[in-house]
Amino acid sequence: MNKIGIILSREYLTRVKKKSFLLTTIGVPLIIMIFYAVIIYISLSGNNEKQKVAIIDEANLFKGKIDIKGTDLEFSFIKNETEQSYVKKYVQAGFQSFLYISKDTASQKKYQLHSASSTSLPVIESIESIINNAIREKQLRANGVDPSVFDQLTKDVNLENTIDTEKGGKKSYAGIAYAVSFGCGFLIYMMMVIYGTQVMRSVTEEKTNRIAEVIVSSVKPFQLMMGKILGIGAVGLTQFIIWIILLVVMQSAIPIFFPDLIHQINKVPQANAENISIITETIQGISSLPLLKILLSFLFYFLGGYLTYASIFAAVGSVVSEDQQEAQQLVFPVLMPIILGFVIMTKAVNDPNSSLAVFGSIFPLTSPIVMMGRITYDIPIWQLALSILLLIGSFLFFTWITGKIYRTGILMYGKKASWKEMVRWGFKKG
Amino acid sequence: MNILELHSLKKYFSDQKAVDDISLNIEKGSIFGLLGPNGAGKTTLIRMITGIFYPDNGEILFNGKKFHPLDDIINIGYMPEERGLYKKMKIGDHAIYLARLKGMSRADAMTSIKKWFIKLEMESWWNKKVEDLSKGMSQKLQFVTTVLHNPQLIILDEPFSGLDPVNANLIKEEIFSLAKNGATIIFSTHRMEQVEEICNQIVLINQGKKILDGTVREIKQNFKENIFCIEGNIIPEHLMTHIFEVVSFDKGKLLVKLSGDTANNELLNFFIKQGVNIQSFNEVLPSLNEIFIRLVGDTAPTRKFETIN
Repeated sequence: MNKIGIILSREYLTRVKKKSFLLTTIGVPLIIMIFYAVIIYISLSGNNEKQKVAIIDEANLFKGKIDIKGTDLEFSFIKNETEQSYVKKYVQAGFQSFLYISKDTASQKKYQLHSASSTSLPVIESIESIINNAIREKQLRANGVDPSVFDQLTKDVNLENTIDTEKGGKKSYAGIAYAVSFGCGFLIYMMMVIYGTQVMRSVTEEKTNRIAEVIVSSVKPFQLMMGKILGIGAVGLTQFIIWIILLVVMQSAIPIFFPDLIHQINKVPQANAENISIITETIQGISSLPLLKILLSFLFYFLGGYLTYASIFAAVGSVVSEDQQEAQQLVFPVLMPIILGFVIMTKAVNDPNSSLAVFGSIFPLTSPIVMMGRITYDIPIWQLALSILLLIGSFLFFTWITGKIYRTGILMYGKKASWKEMVRWGFKKG
Repeated sequence: MNILELHSLKKYFSDQKAVDDISLNIEKGSIFGLLGPNGAGKTTLIRMITGIFYPDNGEILFNGKKFHPLDDIINIGYMPEERGLYKKMKIGDHAIYLARLKGMSRADAMTSIKKWFIKLEMESWWNKKVEDLSKGMSQKLQFVTTVLHNPQLIILDEPFSGLDPVNANLIKEEIFSLAKNGATIIFSTHRMEQVEEICNQIVLINQGKKILDGTVREIKQNFKENIFCIEGNIIPEHLMTHIFEVVSFDKGKLLVKLSGDTANNELLNFFIKQGVNIQSFNEVLPSLNEIFIRLVGDTAPTRKFETIN
């Protein structure tokens, strides 16, 4: 046990001390965050410039008053000018564009927007919606309907889904649940592939470096394998923890770096209401999830899945020699169930109680990924228990088998082992 | 007393009888040569002694008791022929790591490593990385990591390959002094001239079987062919006799093979009677290399694979 500890700490420390670890663990999320911050900043600061639009309202559609809520437009009514005469003047007068509304209702060119350069789509859309609103209001009034009454009548419906449990009804946040499930499943998938192949590469390296024989004259091959697997797993967990800490720190740091952000959002009343509701919805949604259950299952399924696959990867790494192509051929059958798990998971987040999803979350080779895809939904206790038991069982089974393959493979040189031979080594007695 | 006894050890692989019924005893404090051509089964035999492989059959006694790899491994130092180190690790850290895997505490490892580094003039290497070392340098490091836990039994597989004569001598001296201090050394090689120089006792194995066992002197006596070398003012006319066959004759140096049960003194008398002034007279014993080739040379140079049920 003690020797596993010595190997574990070497594997862990050499990886964590590497510059590339620091770079991927801290650098990459930092760069992504800064990138997003810059994008947010640019898109917000771009809004500061108001589009000045001149209007000649010959049809008197607006009656000299425009509701510009939620837009970046600023309108000025121009009097005593015609379309032809003002076309030459609006740029000099400081307007980006000039809207002409003709008196002639039958005209093809009833509404004309003149500008020196092509106008951006959002601006055109804003102006269009302003005109449409004004026309609708005018027609409602012409037909004796009060526009405020109409607004009330045509209010959008928000469908709220309540889940009935024994503890009483609770609000469901389908979107949030979906995102969290998918995210967890995807992370486990990524970690299994990345760290599993790292175990494989490291084993092959030890074998081709011929250090394996030096080490196994001091420790049992199984101890070397377990020390390596646990050490690399610990690197993965460390990376996770650092990412979570970074995420929390960044989130609280955004308002410090961008004090304008909240202020900016507040300036735009319509957006404000919408954003606030999204933010509160998200916060409520996340807090409505069984966070402790998610965290614990994530840790369990990460460890269970990683340990099971890492031992298989280690066995594959022990039988290949320098030939990378050979390694890829052997690795493919190992990657298959992982990819299958990922595919089932993408189905499971949409339909968590389908028989495919239930099967996938119990079958130990896919369960780490698929179960995380169902985790935000209520899972029957028996399914969870069975899945956990099977995963533990398969971990024990695979480390037992692969330990023996590893023991033989790591000292075999020059000869390529087939799957058949590996299976025979695995089930050999002693 | 024997530090190691092997009793009819067998290890069969699916296509080869790697070790086929080998028994031998190694005396404590001796330098023991394990010889054999490539693929004879030396490495497999050593892997069983170091607990890496379990024998299919037979028994290993270590210090008179049944060999327990987990408990006894601390008393064994093994330097394999195919040896490697972690390239990115610092030399000091690497030595400590290997020592701790042998069960030493960090502090003990440190003292022992410092002692050995000073002895072999390696102090300045401590913070260098393994990848910066030349082949000979990493060989020296390998040797140090093999012996720094003061093992009772040291197994060296081709320890001099890649070393220049100066460093090879340095290591050779260390091997002698380790043996003098009570360690037993198993020295596996196919370089006979080194064996003759270093080993007290040797075993020759071929195709998984032991074909020779004894001290170097005994073996040479067993394989001697009654060839003598005489130097003096000999001329061809002196050689007309039936008591010997001439093997070679060159500028007064004569090699003869005595026939049957002729005594050495008869040979000397023969020349003295003819008035030859003899400058030197000695028996020529075969070198281990000659014995090796005589015993192994007529078998196929590489082993064939066979099917074993």
